[in-house]
Amino acid sequence: MSETALVAIVSIFTAGITTAIGSAAAAIGEGRAAAQALQSIAQQPDEANTISRTMFIGLAMVETSGIYCFVIGLILIFANPFWGAFS
Amino acid sequence: MTLSPDELVYFTVGPFAVTATLVFTWVVMAVLVVSSALVTRGLRVEPPLGRGQLLFEALIAFVLDQIREVTRQEPRRYLPFAATLFLFILVSNVLDVVPGFHAPTGSLTTTAALALAVFFAVPAFGIARLGLLGYLRTYLEPTPLMLPFTVLGELTRTLALAMRLFGNVMSSGILVAILLAVAPFVFPALMQAFGLFFGVLHAYIFTILALVYIASGTAQAEKRAPARNGGGHV
Repeated sequence: MSETALVAIVSIFTAGITTAIGSAAAAIGEGRAAAQALQSIAQQPDEANTISRTMFIGLAMVETSGIYCFVIGLILIFANPFWGAFS
Repeated sequence: MTLSPDELVYFTVGPFAVTATLVFTWVVMAVLVVSSALVTRGLRVEPPLGRGQLLFEALIAFVLDQIREVTRQEPRRYLPFAATLFLFILVSNVLDVVPGFHAPTGSLTTTAALALAVFFAVPAFGIARLGLLGYLRTYLEPTPLMLPFTVLGELTRTLALAMRLFGNVMSSGILVAILLAVAPFVFPALMQAFGLFFGVLHAYIFTILALVYIASGTAQAEKRAPARNGGGHV
């Protein structure tokens, strides 16, 4: 097996694992945040504007880590800097 | 598959490559400038108001409301900056559903430029409001021990701001491209509609986060000031 093939195998495997763990963890966090915000809105419907705006900001913050994982996966597959390193 | 509109080079002028990012940034700017010029030409006060005037007034009122609620300061000062960010990202993301249009926000160069604008706007607004010493003092609060983390936080939040917008716009474009190859009948249109929603949402989030950063750079001195009017909300 050539070294380029090894790089390809490791890159694709890592990209899949990165996206899986990154999206799952971000989804758990966002789900908890959204559930809590819905509960708060149900208890205090008058504050729905403030709660939902704060929730969107918080969701964006939480989503950032998932986006990082996604970008790393894309870099590994489409723009891998190590393609020509061992040939 | 093209990951970013930076890779589409239409022509080069000397050392400068005119990429799709640049061209479609011009398109977005032209859309904004021409529509604003057309609408503001016939502004009226009496009841038969034009549709364009109503739309623009609603947009500006929305942005003003958000600025007032987030920064708890007089919103007019931040209106040009925040509304420019919001309208540019909004129009760019929404036009992404037009076939052949590559959203300039799907390129890391554009989002990095926008995030850098926020990065420099925070000290600019802070110094304009608190003075140079007053702004620098916000770095030492609540304790000087936090100084390295505050500086680090300024850098990483700028990076996160750029990567978040870029990652979301690019990922929705790539999802549509992958779906076109896998299930090209109905699902790409559904994902486009989904991307439309997320485009608007992320224009909103980018603007709100920029305002939150500006508010944190301008409002900290007010908390220490004695509570004259019941809590420091001006």
